[in-house]
Amino acid sequence: MKFDTPATTNPIDRLRVVGKPTDRIDGPLKTTGRAPYAYERHDVAPDAVYGYVVGATIAKGRIRSIDTHAARAAPGVLAVVTADNAGRLGKGKHNTARLLGGPQIEHYHQAIALVVAETFEQARAAAALVRVDYVRAHGRYDLARGKDAAVEPKSDPDTGAGDFDAAYAAAAVRLDATYTTPDQSHAMMEPHASIAAWNGDRLTLWTSNQMIHWSKQDMAMTLGIAEDKVRLDSPYIGGGFGGKLFLRADALLAALGARAVRRPVKVALQRPLIFNNTTHRPATIQRLRIGCRQDGTIEAIAHESWSGDLPGGSPEVATQQSRWLYAGPHRKTALRLATLDLPEGNAMRAPGEAPGMLALEVAMDEMAEKLGIDPVEFRVLNDTQVDPEKPERPFSRRSLVECLRTGAERFGWQRRAARPAQVREGRWWIGLGMAAAYRNNLVMTSGARVRLDRRGIVTVETDMTDIGTGSYTIIAQTAAEMMGVPLERVVVRLGDSNFPVSAGSGGQWGANSSTAGVYAACTKLREAVARRLDLDPDAATFEDGIVRAGDRRIALAEAAQDAELVAEDRIEFGDLAERYRQATFGAHFVEVGVDAWTAEIRVRRMLAVCAAGRILNPKSARSQVIGAMTMGVGGALMEELAIDRRFGFFVNHDLAGYEVPVHADIPYQDVVFLDETDPISSPMKAKGVGELGICGVGAAVANAIHNAVGVRVRDYPITLDKLIAQIPRIDK
Amino acid sequence: MPDEPAVKFTRREMLIAGAVSVTASGLPCAVAAADALSTPATPAPVNAEVTFRVNGRDRTLTLDTRTTLLDALREHLQLTGTKKGCDHGQCGACTVIADGRRINACLSLAVMHQGGSITTIEGLGTPDALHRMQRAFVERDGYQCGYCTPGQICSAVAVLDEIDAGIPSHVSADLSAAPQPTPDELRERMSGNLCRCGAYSNILEAITDVAKERT
Amino acid sequence: MRAFTYERASSPAQAAEKAARTPGARFIAGGTNLLDLMKLEIETPTHLIDVNGLELDRIEDAGDGGLRIGALVRNTDLAAHPRVRRDYAVLARALLSGASGQLRNRATTAGNLLQRTRCPYFYDTAQPCNKRLPGSGCAALQGVSRQHAVIGVGDACIATHPSDMAVAMRLLDATVETVRPDGTTRRIAIADVHRLPGDRPQVETVLAPGELVTAVVLPAPLGGRHVYRKVRDRASYAFALVSVAAVVQRDGSGRVALGGVAPKPWRVEAAESELPRSAGAVTERLLAGARPTAHNAFKLTLVERTLGAVLAEAGAQA
Repeated sequence: MKFDTPATTNPIDRLRVVGKPTDRIDGPLKTTGRAPYAYERHDVAPDAVYGYVVGATIAKGRIRSIDTHAARAAPGVLAVVTADNAGRLGKGKHNTARLLGGPQIEHYHQAIALVVAETFEQARAAAALVRVDYVRAHGRYDLARGKDAAVEPKSDPDTGAGDFDAAYAAAAVRLDATYTTPDQSHAMMEPHASIAAWNGDRLTLWTSNQMIHWSKQDMAMTLGIAEDKVRLDSPYIGGGFGGKLFLRADALLAALGARAVRRPVKVALQRPLIFNNTTHRPATIQRLRIGCRQDGTIEAIAHESWSGDLPGGSPEVATQQSRWLYAGPHRKTALRLATLDLPEGNAMRAPGEAPGMLALEVAMDEMAEKLGIDPVEFRVLNDTQVDPEKPERPFSRRSLVECLRTGAERFGWQRRAARPAQVREGRWWIGLGMAAAYRNNLVMTSGARVRLDRRGIVTVETDMTDIGTGSYTIIAQTAAEMMGVPLERVVVRLGDSNFPVSAGSGGQWGANSSTAGVYAACTKLREAVARRLDLDPDAATFEDGIVRAGDRRIALAEAAQDAELVAEDRIEFGDLAERYRQATFGAHFVEVGVDAWTAEIRVRRMLAVCAAGRILNPKSARSQVIGAMTMGVGGALMEELAIDRRFGFFVNHDLAGYEVPVHADIPYQDVVFLDETDPISSPMKAKGVGELGICGVGAAVANAIHNAVGVRVRDYPITLDKLIAQIPRIDK
Repeated sequence: MPDEPAVKFTRREMLIAGAVSVTASGLPCAVAAADALSTPATPAPVNAEVTFRVNGRDRTLTLDTRTTLLDALREHLQLTGTKKGCDHGQCGACTVIADGRRINACLSLAVMHQGGSITTIEGLGTPDALHRMQRAFVERDGYQCGYCTPGQICSAVAVLDEIDAGIPSHVSADLSAAPQPTPDELRERMSGNLCRCGAYSNILEAITDVAKERT
Repeated sequence: MRAFTYERASSPAQAAEKAARTPGARFIAGGTNLLDLMKLEIETPTHLIDVNGLELDRIEDAGDGGLRIGALVRNTDLAAHPRVRRDYAVLARALLSGASGQLRNRATTAGNLLQRTRCPYFYDTAQPCNKRLPGSGCAALQGVSRQHAVIGVGDACIATHPSDMAVAMRLLDATVETVRPDGTTRRIAIADVHRLPGDRPQVETVLAPGELVTAVVLPAPLGGRHVYRKVRDRASYAFALVSVAAVVQRDGSGRVALGGVAPKPWRVEAAESELPRSAGAVTERLLAGARPTAHNAFKLTLVERTLGAVLAEAGAQA
């Protein structure tokens, strides 16, 4: 199905199942521990043996020699896989560094060996016996130092309109501020894990992966085998946040290990290895310049961002939202990419906007303060309904102002003291902060297969993944709505590369695109059902398990009495994304307390108002938003991969050292979805919310801290050591 | 070169680092000079028999003494509901209830539980007969990816028992008063269970639902 | 983790004797620190002596109004004990601020005292660390050191002792009781249990090989206001940046000890005479001779502020 004209009325609009806050259909399995994750497939690989990964302990250089004698001689050891014996390996399209290093080492904890043994304990002990002699090379580990040599990336050229420099120079009120955001880790709870088994020249990989098709292709490319020889199965994924978008070392090494020992091999990346071995969100240095008229109208806005990556890597696109969030005739954005020898940078939840909004939305707060305008009003004043770079291109649907107004009202924004450091409750300075939320709406081709059996059960098959996003449930809701059956009559099977290729889970495109693909397949199935029942496909309606056309009413299951009906299709998006700017919008409001003695920061209240098209399941969508808000609090207040700039690695490489929020950090979170649909986006009229919730929330926290104590920290995370010398003292 | 490490790895230090990896260290990550050291003797695994009760059923296993309670459950008894998130006591995904108390199964050897009694997520309820806490998590959407969920639920069940037993917490204002299942108390007590999906706010509501019914 | 043999001890003296005579032996109780380190091969025992069955899990009156705490009393049980809550609230508070509920249910009194540092360079076996590998250097000195110690440090090591419980015990002048391999017992003042690193940071306590902690004895209660204030980035389940334990009497006199700033629980009795004056005056003497790094110099300010908060809280209680 081609989607190239805005959606009109369709069966989804009935909203008998879609749009309801249904409990997740996978809930009973997950809450009872019966949902099998990648490492737990005793059912399909009962005889699997254990792999343990050895990581490089230099950041850059080469292996002079690697001695695996002792490891191979250790009890229970079946094989030690290294680059020396792994055979010729290619590199996946989505990988920057090699997944199995050696002799060249590209980053710290790059995998250099897999020890395979009969038991986990044996593999772990033997891995400690692998001895490596390295030749260290000089590496670049400091973004600030690499900044001046950073280049304009071909993939992301500078953008602009009007004459920024002149307009900025002439502006009545100017802000020029620089912000830094640190490297961050996805830190999903389930480590990257895979079980690999070979049957002749065919590889099956039970794994934990967000993008089945990408990783199937990349596995074939890396091993140098045909794509159709590789099968991936990933029905349950213990979190990803972008960290499992790609083929990673667990999968490749499990495959190599299984080939070497001719038995299934299971590999989970050890937690202390994950932070340096896998990808991370790159640090940025961002400069914002905003020039306004005295009345607060933005005349000129520029956003520049520097980030680093390994050779061949890509930039963190932190300037993205600044092209479209606010009006202003004179504007520019620029990304600069430095070469660094730190581990591979790549996408993490809302790449671009998540760090970009941390800078832009604090700059907006600072500018509002300079202008003496309320921060909400300043944003409202500079709203735009068209792409500021191409005014002829409208937004498909843009309710930013309504989000801001709704949020301000609901949060009690009018009680905020405009002057900082005015409100204290006991030992706590109290501050309110807000920020806009913005995240692009991306759409991706997505396929599905739908089956109808003689019992009237509808089964959906797609390689779409559920990484906690609720895909199982919203896909079931979509199929139930389309086929006119209750949710209990729908079975959803996900994550298997034998199923049609879907959009996968990334960039918050999954919910809208994958359900649109199911919509397309169900549309075909409805046609097949109507034909089988001799009904007019255009006139047939599907409701309550009955197909109706004119005065005829036939049970849906009738259509499959002789043979199962199967339909497959995919949604393909035309040029609506070019003709219209598509994005999701929101507003974040946060109240913080800052301890007047110690400068400890605690979030006390949070509200997000979101406008993201039709909300397919308000319960799971709300969870996506509160989860993103939680990660945003982490980014604002504690998350930072600390770099040892001498040795070139992230020092705090475990879950004790890399702090993410705990229960005690997170207050009750309020979420409001504006009631809207976006027919430009897809037949579902939905957009994504999984990343919108993180975009801007950290800035709202930062702005609230400023409001509480009057200190502006432009270097994330905002920790007490950056405040303590400056907050107003209450004991003197 | 300005970027050279202040702590320089000289040849001699490389040998020392090598010694670390071979004699004293541990690695995921071994650094060593190949010519520096002789191959160490690798002790053979030691097996021991252990009997404990898991979800009401006596189980006897012969295990490598190094086997953690977590791996005994997941790999030997195939009770994979208990999760391995970090294997170092930093996430809480492996929380089980041992002899009435929640613990991290990753930081306990199986052989140390001889004669003990373990309840895992599988022992609380089944998909067709959910434990009240499991049902509350479903109703409140107190989970997303589901990986930390069994640990959260085991922890939550034990937390309510701890409050009933009068065990205070870091946020109890009065150490001598009977603690109550307030939001602050529950948040503090649940803080040993990380949820990166960020379902905390919903988990709190789920536990609160169950706590209200108990009083 | 290296393979090891395993036995369950039958008595404290037998355990100590066996440990001293068995190369590579270690006691295991809660296991929450030892197993963590064994998985990384930072600790590589070849024989484990499980002391959990030794019935050292009682809390009883010590006779002189004090309290004898068995070495195997779990952190949860110690914090919840009625007398600890009533008479040694600073200890209950310190315990409850540490780790998580799950860990406190396993972790023991002796294990908590003897736990090792959380320095990330100590934990990464590819990095130089004089504590883990004497003579290899200290990577933290010029590395990432925001969490590290500011006082009591040397050129060989700037790691902190991570315990909260031990800070309160130091404040309370606890005594550690041990049994030695020859069967004799001894009592060690808590102040003397932990060593400063000097040029031998690998030696962390004065305990002899095989010597087994059997109990910690608290002297008679001090009365006064008990406060334990732990400062950290996230609200729970994190080690202290700085912690302050204090007992303050009505007249403003009292005691104070610090965590998160030194290789051992940090107390300077001489500084306590300044308590009635100001937090600043106490801090000045507590931290005299401090040697912070660029990353952790903020701890000097933070100690003063936290102590200020503690004194304000104690004053408000009075």
